Amino acid sequence: MAATIASFKVDFFQFLDQEGRLVDGVQIPALARDTKQLESLYRLMTLTRVFDKKAVALQRTGKLGTYASCLGHEAAHVAIGSAMREEDCFAPMYREYAAQFFRGVKMSDVLMYWGGDERGNDFAGPKHDFPWCVPIATQCLHAAGAALAYKLHGQPRVAVSVVGDGGSSKGDFLEAINAASAWKLPLVLVIVNNQWAISVPRAKQNTARTLAQKGIAGGLPSIQVDGNDLIASRWAMDKAIAAAREGRGASVIEMLTYRLSDHTTADDARRYRDQDEVDSAWKKEPLLRLRNYLTDQGHWDQVKEEELLSECAERVNAAVEEYQDRINNDPQPIDSMFNYMFKDLPHHLEEQREIARRFPAKGGSH
Amino acid sequence: MAEITLVEAVTLALAHEMEADPTVVVFGEDVGVNGGVFRATAGLQQKFGDDRVLDTPLAEVMIAGMCVGMASQGMKPVAEAQFEGFMYPMVDHIVNHAARLRHRTRGRMSCPVVFRAPWGGGIHAPEHHSDSNEATWAHFPGVRTVIPSSPSRAYGLLLAAIRDPDPVVFLEPKRIYRWQREEVEDNGEELPLDVCFVLRDGTDITLVTWGAMVKETMEAALELEKSGVSAEVIDVATVAPIDMETIIESVEKTGRCVIVHEAPKHCGVGGEIAAGLAEKAIWHLKAPIKRVTGYDTIMPLYRSEMNYMPSTERIVSAANEIMEFE
Repeated sequence: MAATIASFKVDFFQFLDQEGRLVDGVQIPALARDTKQLESLYRLMTLTRVFDKKAVALQRTGKLGTYASCLGHEAAHVAIGSAMREEDCFAPMYREYAAQFFRGVKMSDVLMYWGGDERGNDFAGPKHDFPWCVPIATQCLHAAGAALAYKLHGQPRVAVSVVGDGGSSKGDFLEAINAASAWKLPLVLVIVNNQWAISVPRAKQNTARTLAQKGIAGGLPSIQVDGNDLIASRWAMDKAIAAAREGRGASVIEMLTYRLSDHTTADDARRYRDQDEVDSAWKKEPLLRLRNYLTDQGHWDQVKEEELLSECAERVNAAVEEYQDRINNDPQPIDSMFNYMFKDLPHHLEEQREIARRFPAKGGSH
Repeated sequence: MAEITLVEAVTLALAHEMEADPTVVVFGEDVGVNGGVFRATAGLQQKFGDDRVLDTPLAEVMIAGMCVGMASQGMKPVAEAQFEGFMYPMVDHIVNHAARLRHRTRGRMSCPVVFRAPWGGGIHAPEHHSDSNEATWAHFPGVRTVIPSSPSRAYGLLLAAIRDPDPVVFLEPKRIYRWQREEVEDNGEELPLDVCFVLRDGTDITLVTWGAMVKETMEAALELEKSGVSAEVIDVATVAPIDMETIIESVEKTGRCVIVHEAPKHCGVGGEIAAGLAEKAIWHLKAPIKRVTGYDTIMPLYRSEMNYMPSTERIVSAANEIMEFE
């Protein structure tokens, strides 16, 4: 005999189209009517964009190391951060600053980290949140482990992790899905699909119609949303987090967005992608459409926009000053290289620390 | 007090610490109902339940990665890799995360996790089941590597490893899992990490080893005794960081040293010990340092594996060679 014993579908959700109009024919989430909250989320998206531009400028002028821009991802990241509670746990990759700002991480923490100072990872956000994670997709398993800890402790907490389209090719991501399914973990895995794994476009990564379906293969409810639509992204996060918190298990959300920047400041995307594609992506970017929507609703105007931009510039400048003051006037001592290796310093490291103290780098830290 | 084997001492220590500390969980493939392929976790799931002893999906990367996640959130996972040869997928999480979480967060987070694995050759196991990869772990900063060589040291060192606030790779010499029985009191007393154990006092030559090679090395010491050579035997136990002081003190007394390990010679832990002696005790040496090790080859399949393993005879021969120097 032959029978279909499993089949699947992936639903896609968009509520705010690229012009900033609510789409017809679907039930619009309540958030769309909560213009006050939308305005506050828009403010954080704008702050993040102003910050991001400044960080790139700092790198270009030699005041910051390699930096991973988040340009174009602001709606997805704000949706993730704003949907979480403080006691939840965030395991980011390395460009989800907006989500982290929501959780209390400071802009100066981000600058410290990319400025080559580990104290950036001892950030002002929740002390149980994971630091930035450069080894691709490994953070998914750390979040799964955190989720298992919460479940075993009977705590109503949720772990959230972000992976890129590139990272969704890694075993760590798939193993996290599998574990989350096996143990029904309070976990939300978000694929922020920005279409490019450095220079490899989405179409060359695999032939699956969606990346969300990888979650379905492992037994998790999985959907795809327009990641440039704050309303859809936040709605999806709310649903997934509520399910996880109520003991209904993990889920996968694929947020479709576009990396408007280079991969990092060490990359030059002009080598591998057409400007036409980037130009067309700019028309769909997340801030513009939310601004248009708020303007149409009578909640936003040019005066407010200009006030916001100047307020953001001030806050970003203050963060840059804080960063520069700290690295210049309060650099980490040489001992810091040794002192956090273990809780107590083993004998052989005491010896090596003595040598390091005797031979500091000429010119100090820079 | 019962006489127990090394593997039973592992179980005893796990049970003791699970009883004492509710944050300790055992995490690995077939560790639950089955009690582990070597029975190291036998009876633990029945005693503590399946939310303390978790049978995982078959995915070593996941085991290591989730342990990092759990350990960072207040649990003390004790992971089991089924064999040391299956630890390699775990390297990313052990090296990039467990070993450096405290360091990279300036102490905000830490990673108290134990990665256990049956380790080493000589049991006629299939391919990829017989490696001695301690130098792999010993090379990476931020993680301790501990190897017991007797039931009582397995009990005391595993307790210490679980209680340690930082990650520990705990390699269990599977060839001597059931070689000897020893009285081990379940008193919860740990043995110190980062120190060597002097197993036998001697005055003419120092034999340094760890793990299952303690067996052949002790036999060699007895053999040497017959020809009037008094050998001191040191079990390194923690191969990273190494307690060089104890080894140096012994070599200052004897003036001669043979280092014995099953792992390949090149970049083995023996090389590190020899270099440490060259740096700090060279003027006390009466003879060149010798290493008796596995070869820099792939571990043969089981029909030939004993050709690879250092034998008592090889150790005695190396010792006699340097006894020629006055």
